[in-house]
Amino acid sequence: MTEIYAAICIAILVVMAIALVRASYAPTVYDRILGVNMFGTKTVLFIAVTGYLMGRPEFLDIAIVYALINFIGMVAVLRFFEYTAPVE
Amino acid sequence: MFVLDIISSILLIAGVFFGLSGAVGLFKFPDFFTRVHAASITDSIAAILIIGGLLLQTSFDLNTAKLLFILAFLMITSPTASHALAKSARHGGLLTLAEVKEEKEEKQQEQSH
Amino acid sequence: MAELIDLVLLAMLALTALRIIFLKDLFAIVMLFGIYSFLSALIFINLDAVDVAFTEASVGAGISTVLMLGTLALTGRKEKKSSRSSILPLFVVCVTGAALIYGTLDMPPFGHPDNPIHQHVAPRYIEESPKEVGLPNMVTSVLASYRGFDTFGETVVVFAAAIGVLSLLGIRRRKDKDAPESGLETHHVLHVVAKVIIPLVILFALYVQFHGDFGPGGGFQAGVIGAAAFILYALVFGLPKSFAVVSPKILQLMASFGVLLYASVGLYSMSKGGNFLDYNKLAADPLAGQHYGIIIIELGVGITVFAVMLSIFYAFASQAERSNIQ
Repeated sequence: MTEIYAAICIAILVVMAIALVRASYAPTVYDRILGVNMFGTKTVLFIAVTGYLMGRPEFLDIAIVYALINFIGMVAVLRFFEYTAPVE
Repeated sequence: MFVLDIISSILLIAGVFFGLSGAVGLFKFPDFFTRVHAASITDSIAAILIIGGLLLQTSFDLNTAKLLFILAFLMITSPTASHALAKSARHGGLLTLAEVKEEKEEKQQEQSH
Repeated sequence: MAELIDLVLLAMLALTALRIIFLKDLFAIVMLFGIYSFLSALIFINLDAVDVAFTEASVGAGISTVLMLGTLALTGRKEKKSSRSSILPLFVVCVTGAALIYGTLDMPPFGHPDNPIHQHVAPRYIEESPKEVGLPNMVTSVLASYRGFDTFGETVVVFAAAIGVLSLLGIRRRKDKDAPESGLETHHVLHVVAKVIIPLVILFALYVQFHGDFGPGGGFQAGVIGAAAFILYALVFGLPKSFAVVSPKILQLMASFGVLLYASVGLYSMSKGGNFLDYNKLAADPLAGQHYGIIIIELGVGITVFAVMLSIFYAFASQAERSNIQ
Protein backbone atom coordinates (compact mmCIF):
# COMPACT_ATOMS: atom_id res chain seq x y z
CA MET A 1 0.00 0.00 0.00
CA THR A 2 2.88 2.37 0.64
CA GLU A 3 3.93 2.22 -3.00
CA ILE A 4 0.47 3.35 -4.05
CA TYR A 5 0.66 6.22 -1.56
CA ALA A 6 4.06 7.21 -2.86
CA ALA A 7 2.86 7.18 -6.47
CA ILE A 8 -0.20 9.24 -5.53
CA CYS A 9 2.04 11.75 -3.72
CA ILE A 10 4.23 12.19 -6.79
CA ALA A 11 1.20 12.59 -9.03
CA ILE A 12 -0.36 15.24 -6.77
CA LEU A 13 3.01 17.02 -6.74
CA VAL A 14 2.92 17.09 -10.55
CA VAL A 15 -0.56 18.64 -10.46
CA MET A 16 0.64 21.23 -7.96
CA ALA A 17 3.62 22.07 -10.14
CA ILE A 18 1.34 22.63 -13.14
CA ALA A 19 -0.93 24.88 -11.06
CA LEU A 20 2.19 26.77 -9.92
CA VAL A 21 3.22 27.38 -13.52
CA ARG A 22 -0.25 28.69 -14.23
CA ALA A 23 -0.03 31.03 -11.24
CA SER A 24 3.36 32.32 -12.38
CA TYR A 25 2.59 32.91 -16.05
CA ALA A 26 -1.03 33.88 -16.45
CA PRO A 27 -2.76 35.95 -19.14
CA THR A 28 -5.16 37.64 -16.75
CA VAL A 29 -4.89 38.18 -13.02
CA TYR A 30 -7.93 35.99 -12.43
CA ASP A 31 -6.00 33.07 -13.85
CA ARG A 32 -3.43 33.55 -11.12
CA ILE A 33 -6.13 33.41 -8.46
CA LEU A 34 -7.44 30.26 -10.08
CA GLY A 35 -3.98 28.71 -9.98
CA VAL A 36 -3.54 29.54 -6.30
CA ASN A 37 -6.95 28.09 -5.46
CA MET A 38 -6.17 24.84 -7.24
CA PHE A 39 -2.77 24.72 -5.51
CA GLY A 40 -4.48 25.09 -2.16
CA THR A 41 -7.01 22.30 -2.62
CA LYS A 42 -4.36 19.95 -3.98
CA THR A 43 -2.21 20.76 -0.94
CA VAL A 44 -5.02 19.58 1.32
CA LEU A 45 -5.16 16.25 -0.51
CA PHE A 46 -1.37 15.99 -0.52
CA ILE A 47 -1.19 16.44 3.25
CA ALA A 48 -3.85 13.79 3.81
CA VAL A 49 -2.11 11.24 1.58
CA THR A 50 1.34 12.05 3.02
CA GLY A 51 -0.02 11.51 6.51
CA TYR A 52 -1.07 8.01 5.55
CA LEU A 53 2.21 7.43 3.71
CA MET A 54 4.26 8.27 6.80
CA GLY A 55 1.86 6.52 9.17
CA ARG A 56 1.05 9.70 11.11
CA PRO A 57 -2.65 10.50 10.77
CA GLU A 58 -2.25 13.58 13.00
CA PHE A 59 -1.55 15.51 9.82
CA LEU A 60 -5.28 15.63 9.16
CA ASP A 61 -5.53 18.61 11.52
CA ILE A 62 -3.20 20.55 9.26
CA ALA A 63 -5.24 19.50 6.23
CA ILE A 64 -8.35 20.97 7.87
CA VAL A 65 -6.48 24.21 8.57
CA TYR A 66 -5.37 24.41 4.96
CA ALA A 67 -8.89 23.94 3.65
CA LEU A 68 -10.02 26.81 5.91
CA ILE A 69 -7.13 29.09 5.03
CA ASN A 70 -7.55 28.47 1.30
CA PHE A 71 -11.16 29.59 1.46
CA ILE A 72 -10.51 32.63 3.62
CA GLY A 73 -7.59 33.66 1.44
CA MET A 74 -9.76 33.47 -1.68
CA VAL A 75 -12.49 35.57 -0.08
CA ALA A 76 -9.90 38.15 1.03
CA VAL A 77 -8.42 38.33 -2.46
CA LEU A 78 -11.79 38.90 -4.08
CA ARG A 79 -12.81 41.46 -1.51
CA PHE A 80 -9.75 43.61 -1.84
CA PHE A 81 -9.70 43.14 -5.56
CA GLU A 82 -13.07 44.75 -5.89
CA TYR A 83 -11.61 47.91 -4.39
CA THR A 84 -8.63 48.38 -6.65
CA ALA A 85 -9.25 48.47 -10.36
CA PRO A 86 -7.47 45.79 -12.37
CA VAL A 87 -4.24 46.92 -13.94
CA GLU A 88 -3.35 44.78 -16.92
CA MET B 1 -8.53 -6.70 3.73
CA PHE B 2 -6.92 -7.16 0.38
CA VAL B 3 -10.18 -6.27 -1.38
CA LEU B 4 -10.32 -3.00 0.57
CA ASP B 5 -6.78 -2.22 -0.52
CA ILE B 6 -7.64 -2.81 -4.15
CA ILE B 7 -10.75 -0.64 -3.99
CA SER B 8 -8.76 2.09 -2.20
CA SER B 9 -6.08 1.99 -4.85
CA ILE B 10 -8.62 2.23 -7.65
CA LEU B 11 -10.31 5.23 -6.03
CA LEU B 12 -6.99 6.98 -5.38
CA ILE B 13 -5.73 6.45 -8.92
CA ALA B 14 -9.03 7.64 -10.39
CA GLY B 15 -8.91 10.74 -8.21
CA VAL B 16 -5.39 11.55 -9.33
CA PHE B 17 -6.37 11.01 -12.96
CA PHE B 18 -9.10 13.61 -12.63
CA GLY B 19 -6.72 15.96 -10.89
CA LEU B 20 -4.21 15.65 -13.71
CA SER B 21 -6.88 16.21 -16.33
CA GLY B 22 -7.94 19.36 -14.51
CA ALA B 23 -4.37 20.63 -14.45
CA VAL B 24 -4.02 19.95 -18.19
CA GLY B 25 -7.32 21.73 -18.75
CA LEU B 26 -5.91 24.84 -17.08
CA PHE B 27 -3.60 25.23 -20.02
CA LYS B 28 -5.58 23.85 -22.90
CA PHE B 29 -8.83 25.74 -22.59
CA PRO B 30 -9.10 28.97 -24.56
CA ASP B 31 -11.00 31.26 -22.22
CA PHE B 32 -10.90 32.14 -18.52
CA PHE B 33 -14.45 31.04 -17.76
CA THR B 34 -13.86 27.62 -19.34
CA ARG B 35 -10.69 27.28 -17.29
CA VAL B 36 -12.72 27.93 -14.13
CA HIS B 37 -14.92 25.02 -15.21
CA ALA B 38 -11.91 22.74 -15.61
CA ALA B 39 -10.33 23.68 -12.31
CA SER B 40 -13.36 23.62 -10.05
CA ILE B 41 -15.15 20.53 -11.37
CA THR B 42 -12.05 18.37 -11.36
CA ASP B 43 -11.07 19.69 -7.92
CA SER B 44 -14.35 18.51 -6.45
CA ILE B 45 -14.32 15.06 -8.00
CA ALA B 46 -10.64 14.50 -7.20
CA ALA B 47 -11.26 15.45 -3.57
CA ILE B 48 -14.20 13.06 -3.28
CA LEU B 49 -12.33 10.14 -4.83
CA ILE B 50 -9.06 10.61 -2.98
CA ILE B 51 -10.66 11.13 0.43
CA GLY B 52 -13.01 8.22 -0.26
CA GLY B 53 -10.01 6.05 -1.00
CA LEU B 54 -8.35 7.12 2.26
CA LEU B 55 -11.58 6.56 4.22
CA LEU B 56 -11.56 2.88 3.34
CA GLN B 57 -8.15 2.57 4.98
CA THR B 58 -9.16 3.80 8.42
CA SER B 59 -10.89 1.89 11.13
CA PHE B 60 -13.88 3.68 12.59
CA ASP B 61 -12.22 6.24 14.84
CA LEU B 62 -11.40 9.96 15.12
CA ASN B 63 -9.53 9.97 11.81
CA THR B 64 -12.67 8.91 9.97
CA ALA B 65 -14.50 11.87 11.47
CA LYS B 66 -11.68 14.23 10.48
CA LEU B 67 -11.64 12.93 6.91
CA LEU B 68 -15.40 13.34 6.65
CA PHE B 69 -15.06 16.86 8.03
CA ILE B 70 -12.41 17.70 5.43
CA LEU B 71 -14.63 16.28 2.69
CA ALA B 72 -17.69 18.21 3.82
CA PHE B 73 -15.70 21.40 4.11
CA LEU B 74 -14.13 21.04 0.68
CA MET B 75 -17.52 20.27 -0.84
CA ILE B 76 -19.03 23.43 0.61
CA THR B 77 -16.20 25.90 0.11
CA SER B 78 -14.45 24.92 -3.11
CA PRO B 79 -17.40 25.44 -5.48
CA THR B 80 -18.33 28.63 -3.60
CA ALA B 81 -14.85 30.03 -4.08
CA SER B 82 -14.96 29.27 -7.82
CA HIS B 83 -18.39 30.87 -8.10
CA ALA B 84 -17.20 33.98 -6.26
CA LEU B 85 -14.14 34.16 -8.53
CA ALA B 86 -16.17 33.89 -11.72
CA LYS B 87 -18.66 36.48 -10.45
CA SER B 88 -15.81 38.81 -9.53
CA ALA B 89 -14.28 38.39 -12.97
CA ARG B 90 -17.61 39.18 -14.61
CA HIS B 91 -18.01 42.29 -12.44
CA GLY B 92 -14.50 43.29 -13.32
CA GLY B 93 -15.44 43.36 -16.95
CA LEU B 94 -13.89 40.19 -18.27
CA LEU B 95 -15.62 39.09 -21.47
CA THR B 96 -16.15 35.55 -22.68
CA LEU B 97 -14.56 34.37 -25.90
CA ALA B 98 -17.88 34.63 -27.76
CA GLU B 99 -18.36 38.23 -26.64
CA VAL B 100 -14.82 39.17 -27.64
CA LYS B 101 -15.45 37.78 -31.12
CA GLU B 102 -18.75 39.65 -31.33
CA GLU B 103 -17.02 42.92 -30.48
CA LYS B 104 -14.38 42.32 -33.12
CA GLU B 105 -17.02 41.62 -35.76
CA GLU B 106 -18.94 44.77 -34.79
CA LYS B 107 -15.80 46.86 -35.07
CA GLN B 108 -14.98 45.35 -38.45
CA GLN B 109 -18.48 46.08 -39.67
CA GLU B 110 -18.25 49.67 -38.46
CA GLN B 111 -14.91 50.10 -40.17
CA SER B 112 -16.11 48.70 -43.45
CA HIS B 113 -19.16 51.04 -43.48
CA MET C 1 11.18 8.62 -0.86
CA ALA C 2 11.05 11.46 1.63
CA GLU C 3 14.19 12.97 0.09
CA LEU C 4 12.58 12.93 -3.33
CA ILE C 5 9.52 14.79 -2.06
CA ASP C 6 11.83 17.23 -0.26
CA LEU C 7 13.78 17.90 -3.43
CA VAL C 8 10.68 18.51 -5.52
CA LEU C 9 9.18 20.84 -2.89
CA LEU C 10 12.41 22.80 -2.49
CA ALA C 11 12.72 23.12 -6.26
CA MET C 12 9.18 24.51 -6.48
CA LEU C 13 10.03 26.88 -3.63
CA ALA C 14 13.09 28.19 -5.45
CA LEU C 15 11.15 28.63 -8.70
CA THR C 16 8.41 30.53 -6.89
CA ALA C 17 10.97 32.80 -5.25
CA LEU C 18 12.62 33.49 -8.62
CA ARG C 19 9.29 34.32 -10.19
CA ILE C 20 8.42 36.66 -7.31
CA ILE C 21 11.65 38.60 -7.85
CA PHE C 22 11.00 39.21 -11.52
CA LEU C 23 7.32 40.14 -11.32
CA LYS C 24 6.29 43.75 -11.13
CA ASP C 25 2.64 43.36 -10.26
CA LEU C 26 2.35 43.43 -6.48
CA PHE C 27 -0.99 41.66 -6.44
CA ALA C 28 0.45 38.67 -8.26
CA ILE C 29 3.38 38.74 -5.87
CA VAL C 30 1.02 38.47 -2.89
CA MET C 31 -0.63 35.46 -4.54
CA LEU C 32 2.73 33.81 -5.10
CA PHE C 33 3.66 34.49 -1.49
CA GLY C 34 0.58 32.52 -0.50
CA ILE C 35 1.88 29.62 -2.57
CA TYR C 36 5.32 30.08 -0.99
CA SER C 37 3.82 29.70 2.45
CA PHE C 38 1.87 26.60 1.41
CA LEU C 39 5.11 25.06 0.13
CA SER C 40 7.04 25.91 3.32
CA ALA C 41 4.38 24.23 5.43
CA LEU C 42 4.59 21.13 3.20
CA ILE C 43 8.35 21.02 3.73
CA PHE C 44 7.84 21.23 7.49
CA ILE C 45 5.33 18.39 7.32
CA ASN C 46 7.82 16.32 5.38
CA LEU C 47 10.40 16.99 8.10
CA ASP C 48 7.85 15.69 10.67
CA ALA C 49 7.54 19.06 12.45
CA VAL C 50 3.80 19.17 12.81
CA ASP C 51 3.35 22.10 15.20
CA VAL C 52 5.54 24.36 13.10
CA ALA C 53 3.64 23.41 9.96
CA PHE C 54 0.41 24.24 11.76
CA THR C 55 1.61 27.71 12.68
CA GLU C 56 3.04 28.33 9.21
CA ALA C 57 -0.25 27.30 7.63
CA SER C 58 -2.40 29.54 9.75
CA VAL C 59 -0.14 32.59 9.96
CA GLY C 60 1.78 32.56 6.70
CA ALA C 61 -0.91 31.62 4.22
CA GLY C 62 -3.89 33.12 6.00
CA ILE C 63 -3.23 36.19 8.07
CA SER C 64 -0.18 37.48 6.18
CA THR C 65 -1.96 37.29 2.85
CA VAL C 66 -4.99 39.14 4.20
CA LEU C 67 -2.86 41.88 5.77
CA MET C 68 -0.73 42.32 2.66
CA LEU C 69 -3.86 42.60 0.55
CA GLY C 70 -5.17 45.21 2.95
CA THR C 71 -1.98 47.17 2.43
CA LEU C 72 -2.25 46.81 -1.33
CA ALA C 73 -5.69 48.36 -1.23
CA LEU C 74 -4.01 51.51 0.12
CA THR C 75 -0.86 51.64 -2.00
CA GLY C 76 -0.54 51.15 -5.70
CA ARG C 77 -0.40 47.85 -7.51
CA LYS C 78 2.70 48.23 -9.58
CA GLU C 79 6.21 48.16 -8.27
CA LYS C 80 8.16 51.26 -9.20
CA LYS C 81 11.14 50.81 -11.47
CA SER C 82 14.36 51.25 -9.55
CA SER C 83 16.58 53.84 -11.13
CA ARG C 84 19.94 52.48 -10.01
CA SER C 85 21.79 49.54 -11.39
CA SER C 86 21.79 46.39 -9.33
CA ILE C 87 25.37 45.27 -9.85
CA LEU C 88 26.64 46.35 -6.43
CA PRO C 89 23.74 44.78 -4.44
CA LEU C 90 24.16 41.57 -6.45
CA PHE C 91 27.87 41.50 -5.57
CA VAL C 92 27.18 42.07 -1.86
CA VAL C 93 24.52 39.34 -1.81
CA CYS C 94 26.82 36.86 -3.55
CA VAL C 95 29.66 37.53 -1.11
CA THR C 96 27.36 37.17 1.91
CA GLY C 97 25.83 33.98 0.52
CA ALA C 98 29.25 32.49 -0.12
CA ALA C 99 30.34 33.35 3.42
CA LEU C 100 27.22 31.68 4.86
CA ILE C 101 27.71 28.54 2.79
CA TYR C 102 31.35 28.42 3.88
CA GLY C 103 30.15 28.68 7.47
CA THR C 104 27.82 25.71 7.10
CA LEU C 105 30.60 23.45 5.85
CA ASP C 106 31.71 23.03 9.46
CA MET C 107 28.34 21.82 10.67
CA PRO C 108 27.62 18.13 11.35
CA PRO C 109 25.71 16.21 8.67
CA PHE C 110 21.98 16.78 8.58
CA GLY C 111 19.99 14.35 10.70
CA HIS C 112 22.93 12.26 11.81
CA PRO C 113 22.21 10.52 15.13
CA ASP C 114 25.63 11.48 16.54
CA ASN C 115 24.97 15.20 16.29
CA PRO C 116 25.49 17.19 19.51
CA ILE C 117 21.87 18.28 19.70
CA HIS C 118 20.80 14.65 20.00
CA GLN C 119 23.19 13.95 22.88
CA HIS C 120 22.31 16.18 25.81
CA VAL C 121 19.18 18.33 25.67
CA ALA C 122 16.81 16.33 23.47
CA PRO C 123 17.16 12.93 25.24
CA ARG C 124 16.75 14.61 28.61
CA TYR C 125 13.46 16.20 27.56
CA ILE C 126 12.23 13.05 25.86
CA GLU C 127 12.97 10.88 28.89
CA GLU C 128 11.95 13.23 31.68
CA SER C 129 8.94 14.91 30.11
CA PRO C 130 6.46 12.03 30.63
CA LYS C 131 7.43 11.83 34.29
CA GLU C 132 7.61 15.51 35.08
CA VAL C 133 4.87 16.95 32.90
CA GLY C 134 2.93 13.96 31.61
CA LEU C 135 1.55 15.33 28.34
CA PRO C 136 1.56 13.24 25.17
CA ASN C 137 2.59 16.21 23.03
CA MET C 138 6.16 16.98 24.02
CA VAL C 139 6.31 20.13 21.96
CA THR C 140 3.64 21.66 24.18
CA SER C 141 5.40 20.49 27.32
CA VAL C 142 8.67 22.12 26.23
CA LEU C 143 6.95 25.28 25.01
CA ALA C 144 4.63 25.80 27.94
CA SER C 145 6.43 24.29 30.88
CA TYR C 146 10.18 23.94 30.41
CA ARG C 147 10.49 27.15 28.41
CA GLY C 148 7.40 28.88 29.78
CA PHE C 149 9.27 32.13 30.31
CA ASP C 150 10.17 32.34 26.61
CA THR C 151 6.55 31.81 25.66
CA PHE C 152 5.59 34.58 28.06
CA GLY C 153 8.04 36.84 26.27
CA GLU C 154 6.54 35.90 22.91
CA THR C 155 3.05 36.72 24.13
CA VAL C 156 4.23 40.11 25.37
CA VAL C 157 5.91 40.72 21.98
CA VAL C 158 2.65 39.98 20.18
CA PHE C 159 0.88 42.35 22.55
CA ALA C 160 3.51 45.03 21.89
CA ALA C 161 2.96 44.59 18.15
CA ALA C 162 -0.73 45.30 18.67
CA ILE C 163 0.11 48.43 20.66
CA GLY C 164 2.43 49.58 17.90
CA VAL C 165 -0.10 49.05 15.11
CA LEU C 166 -2.97 50.59 17.04
CA SER C 167 -0.98 53.66 18.02
CA LEU C 168 0.35 54.21 14.50
CA LEU C 169 -2.76 53.44 12.48
CA GLY C 170 -5.67 53.44 14.84
CA ILE C 171 -9.10 52.12 13.99
CA ARG C 172 -11.26 54.63 12.20
CA ARG C 173 -14.95 54.27 12.65
CA ARG C 174 -17.42 56.03 10.48
CA LYS C 175 -20.69 57.44 11.69
CA ASP C 176 -23.57 55.19 10.77
CA LYS C 177 -25.24 57.77 8.53
CA ASP C 178 -22.57 57.89 5.88
CA ALA C 179 -21.52 54.25 6.10
CA PRO C 180 -20.79 53.22 2.52
CA GLU C 181 -21.44 49.91 0.91
CA SER C 182 -19.01 47.58 2.56
CA GLY C 183 -18.27 43.92 2.24
CA LEU C 184 -19.25 41.73 -0.65
CA GLU C 185 -22.84 42.91 -0.90
CA THR C 186 -23.87 41.29 -4.17
CA HIS C 187 -22.37 37.89 -3.43
CA HIS C 188 -25.45 36.25 -1.98
CA VAL C 189 -24.07 32.72 -2.28
CA LEU C 190 -21.05 33.78 -0.26
CA HIS C 191 -23.29 35.23 2.43
CA VAL C 192 -25.13 31.96 2.92
CA VAL C 193 -22.04 29.79 2.81
CA ALA C 194 -20.11 32.06 5.20
CA LYS C 195 -22.91 31.79 7.74
CA VAL C 196 -22.55 28.01 7.60
CA ILE C 197 -18.75 27.96 7.68
CA ILE C 198 -17.95 30.50 10.42
CA PRO C 199 -19.33 28.49 13.38
CA LEU C 200 -17.41 25.44 12.16
CA VAL C 201 -14.20 27.45 12.05
CA ILE C 202 -14.72 28.78 15.57
CA LEU C 203 -15.43 25.24 16.77
CA PHE C 204 -12.25 24.05 15.13
CA ALA C 205 -10.29 26.86 16.79
CA LEU C 206 -11.56 25.75 20.20
CA TYR C 207 -10.66 22.15 19.34
CA VAL C 208 -7.12 23.18 18.44
CA GLN C 209 -6.83 25.21 21.64
CA PHE C 210 -7.78 22.43 24.01
CA HIS C 211 -6.40 19.52 22.02
CA GLY C 212 -2.96 21.11 21.95
CA ASP C 213 -1.89 18.90 24.82
CA PHE C 214 -2.44 15.72 22.85
CA GLY C 215 -1.86 16.57 19.22
CA PRO C 216 -0.52 19.44 17.17
CA GLY C 217 -2.00 22.73 18.22
CA GLY C 218 -1.91 25.06 21.17
CA GLY C 219 -2.80 28.59 22.03
CA PHE C 220 -1.07 30.43 19.21
CA GLN C 221 -2.57 28.45 16.35
CA ALA C 222 -6.00 28.49 17.96
CA GLY C 223 -5.92 32.26 18.33
CA VAL C 224 -5.00 32.71 14.68
CA ILE C 225 -7.71 30.36 13.44
CA GLY C 226 -10.33 32.05 15.61
CA ALA C 227 -9.25 35.44 14.27
CA ALA C 228 -9.51 34.04 10.73
CA ALA C 229 -13.16 33.16 11.37
CA PHE C 230 -14.01 36.71 12.40
CA ILE C 231 -11.94 38.11 9.53
CA LEU C 232 -14.09 36.04 7.18
CA TYR C 233 -17.17 37.58 8.76
CA ALA C 234 -15.76 41.09 8.32
CA LEU C 235 -14.80 40.40 4.69
CA VAL C 236 -18.20 39.07 3.66
CA PHE C 237 -20.59 41.16 5.72
CA GLY C 238 -18.69 44.41 5.97
CA LEU C 239 -16.71 46.20 8.63
CA PRO C 240 -19.54 48.13 10.37
CA LYS C 241 -21.40 44.91 11.15
CA SER C 242 -18.18 43.34 12.29
CA PHE C 243 -17.54 46.26 14.64
CA ALA C 244 -20.99 45.64 16.09
CA VAL C 245 -20.23 41.97 16.69
CA VAL C 246 -16.74 42.33 18.19
CA SER C 247 -15.92 45.93 18.98
CA PRO C 248 -12.32 47.17 19.10
CA LYS C 249 -12.67 48.07 22.78
CA ILE C 250 -13.45 44.46 23.68
CA LEU C 251 -10.41 43.38 21.68
CA GLN C 252 -8.14 45.73 23.61
CA LEU C 253 -9.48 44.33 26.86
CA MET C 254 -9.04 40.78 25.66
CA ALA C 255 -5.47 41.33 24.56
CA SER C 256 -4.46 42.73 27.94
CA PHE C 257 -6.45 40.06 29.75
CA GLY C 258 -4.54 37.25 28.05
CA VAL C 259 -1.14 38.63 29.02
CA LEU C 260 -2.31 39.32 32.58
CA LEU C 261 -3.68 35.78 32.88
CA TYR C 262 -0.29 34.40 31.93
CA ALA C 263 1.52 36.65 34.37
CA SER C 264 -0.92 35.95 37.16
CA VAL C 265 -0.22 32.22 36.92
CA GLY C 266 3.43 33.04 37.51
CA LEU C 267 2.66 35.36 40.42
CA TYR C 268 0.32 32.82 41.98
CA SER C 269 3.00 30.16 41.91
CA MET C 270 5.37 32.66 43.51
CA SER C 271 2.84 33.33 46.24
CA LYS C 272 2.71 29.61 46.92
CA GLY C 273 6.42 29.58 47.59
CA GLY C 274 7.92 28.53 44.28
CA ASN C 275 9.68 30.39 41.48
CA PHE C 276 7.92 32.49 38.85
CA LEU C 277 5.94 30.17 36.55
CA ASP C 278 6.77 27.09 38.61
CA TYR C 279 3.69 24.98 37.93
CA ASN C 280 4.55 22.32 40.48
CA LYS C 281 3.23 24.60 43.22
CA LEU C 282 -0.17 25.20 41.66
CA ALA C 283 -1.82 22.09 43.11
CA ALA C 284 -1.10 19.50 45.75
CA ASP C 285 0.10 16.97 43.18
CA PRO C 286 2.94 18.39 41.01
CA LEU C 287 1.76 16.58 37.88
CA ALA C 288 -1.77 18.00 38.25
CA GLY C 289 -0.22 21.39 38.88
CA GLN C 290 1.65 21.14 35.59
CA HIS C 291 -1.54 20.32 33.74
CA TYR C 292 -3.46 23.21 35.30
CA GLY C 293 -0.64 25.61 34.58
CA ILE C 294 -0.31 24.58 30.95
CA ILE C 295 -4.02 24.81 30.24
CA ILE C 296 -4.34 28.25 31.80
CA ILE C 297 -1.36 29.78 30.07
CA GLU C 298 -2.34 28.31 26.71
CA LEU C 299 -5.72 29.95 27.22
CA GLY C 300 -3.96 33.25 27.92
CA VAL C 301 -1.84 32.94 24.79
CA GLY C 302 -4.86 32.04 22.66
CA ILE C 303 -6.95 34.98 23.89
CA THR C 304 -4.14 37.48 23.36
CA VAL C 305 -3.23 36.23 19.88
CA PHE C 306 -6.89 36.23 18.79
CA ALA C 307 -7.46 39.78 19.99
CA VAL C 308 -4.19 41.05 18.50
CA MET C 309 -4.71 39.49 15.07
CA LEU C 310 -8.24 40.81 14.84
CA SER C 311 -7.18 44.31 16.00
CA ILE C 312 -4.43 44.48 13.39
CA PHE C 313 -6.88 43.42 10.70
CA TYR C 314 -9.38 46.05 11.86
CA ALA C 315 -6.65 48.70 11.75
CA PHE C 316 -5.64 47.80 8.18
CA ALA C 317 -9.13 47.31 6.81
CA SER C 318 -10.59 50.50 8.24
CA GLN C 319 -7.79 52.46 6.59
CA ALA C 320 -8.64 50.85 3.27
CA GLU C 321 -12.29 51.74 3.63
CA ARG C 322 -11.48 55.30 4.53
CA SER C 323 -9.16 55.89 1.60
CA ASN C 324 -11.36 54.25 -1.00
CA ILE C 325 -14.34 56.42 -0.29
CA GLN C 326 -12.55 59.58 -1.38
